Amino acid sequence: MSTPFYVSPQQAMADRAEYARKGIARGRSLVVLQYADGIVFVGENPSRALHKFSEIYDRIGFAAAGKYNEYENLRIGGVRYADLRGYTYDRDDVTARGLANVYAQTLGTIFSSAGEKPYEVELVVAEVGETPEGDQIYRLPHDGSIVDEHGSVAVGGNAEQISGFLDQRHQDGMSLSEALKLAVQALSRDTNGSEREIPAERLEVAVLDRTRPQQRKFKRITGRQLSRLLTAEGQAATSEAESEAVSDETPSDESEE
Amino acid sequence: MEANTRSTGRLPAAFLTPGSSSFMDFLSEHQPEMLPGNRQLPTVQGVVEAPHGTTIVAVTFPGGVVLAGDRRATMGNVIAQRDIEKVFPADEYSAVGIAGTAGLAVEMVKLFQLELEHFEKVEGAQLSLEGKANRLSTMIRSNLGMAMQGLAVVPLFAGFDVDREKGRIFSYDVTGGRSEEHGFAATGSGSVFARGAMKKLFRDDLSEEQATTLVVQALYDAADDDSATGGPDVARRIFPIVTVITEDGFRRLSDDESSEIARRILARRLEQPDGPRADLL
Repeated sequence: MSTPFYVSPQQAMADRAEYARKGIARGRSLVVLQYADGIVFVGENPSRALHKFSEIYDRIGFAAAGKYNEYENLRIGGVRYADLRGYTYDRDDVTARGLANVYAQTLGTIFSSAGEKPYEVELVVAEVGETPEGDQIYRLPHDGSIVDEHGSVAVGGNAEQISGFLDQRHQDGMSLSEALKLAVQALSRDTNGSEREIPAERLEVAVLDRTRPQQRKFKRITGRQLSRLLTAEGQAATSEAESEAVSDETPSDESEE
Repeated sequence: MEANTRSTGRLPAAFLTPGSSSFMDFLSEHQPEMLPGNRQLPTVQGVVEAPHGTTIVAVTFPGGVVLAGDRRATMGNVIAQRDIEKVFPADEYSAVGIAGTAGLAVEMVKLFQLELEHFEKVEGAQLSLEGKANRLSTMIRSNLGMAMQGLAVVPLFAGFDVDREKGRIFSYDVTGGRSEEHGFAATGSGSVFARGAMKKLFRDDLSEEQATTLVVQALYDAADDDSATGGPDVARRIFPIVTVITEDGFRRLSDDESSEIARRILARRLEQPDGPRADLL
């Protein structure tokens, strides 16, 4: 009989964390920022069909960096959780805090269970409130912890550097166009400090817009509207783009009931 | 709650299993008892007394479709509710109007709305209008047990088909049988009278405004001859619910707009109680 090879628990956990972190670092970074009328999600994504951001519920959005199949699984799990909860109780009873808790438990259990490979994902769950003070942003690292974030958050490969950059420059009450430009600026910074250009076609942008008349506040920003926001100068151009945001076609329903 | 009762609090395996984009399929695997169709029915004889919704009408016009319903719910010979709402948006491009047992119908609509929304969120795309109509068919069929005890739900489904760029209407029977209606359709106890009225008034080239007037005329005629259908209630300010679906999406006429239509019709009917006359030949 052979003696089992001893690995200290500290070492085992450190190895698993290292494994997950490396996996996440391979993915591109994404940022989530508060702006005056809501929360904006910005990331570099060459794919038009595979999204990094998506709608979970009326006021709740989801962003993920890391391994696609794993976060897609968690995303669908979250949609099912939210829809079931809203069906059982009421639409108002679905909250980002509840969802973040369930995600944290899920990631935490998987991370510490020896039988499962840790998930190589980092999630952001955001809920837009009636006012900027009511906005909630939660960051969920691979190990099941929850970080309550304010203002701006970055996840993915280059996250530390990007969030450092954002923390210095992000302000409360920025317009959508300002926040978007800041986000793109942050994402364009490479690990070695140099800057590169990210064309609008490679950006994935979505907002949770509290001024949307519909019950569902999540909306993707694409095409002409995106390029207009990226080039907008000053306040006048911004408000024009924002009025466009309300009238544009979107996946939603129940404008009134 | 469903996810939190587990010892670890993590999402149960069913939540993370890749598979169907249908919320109903998910429910039937995870919590089948929550699906309306899976309930055990007590084996009692006789009819259960429950509020019933009555007349729903729909009319297509070039560029869209109008779906409208009266506001009355009845229980036997009693008016159970005067201001019930029986027309709901299903999603951005479709709406559903319900006739039959009100409680079950409202639950069915809630599940149907969720089914469409869930699919849209998971898949990132909307179901086709046919697909939506078929989902509703499945839901009605699963209610057959209740229907046989007198608790039937018979909806009318209308939507704007973004692929074909026109408004379409689907009617159903209690067994879930679905048929597409061309021009106009009605369901519920007053539907016979409403259909008669629409048959005489319908034309292919109605404007949106004329179409909304037509549905209120039809509901007026239904209320005229069917005691379970409510007419416009001027004293209580209760007017039919009128919804319009075009390429711009779903829109419900405000109370002011629908009361304006109803009042104009009412004014004309004071002179001509049977409503507009169609040509003999």
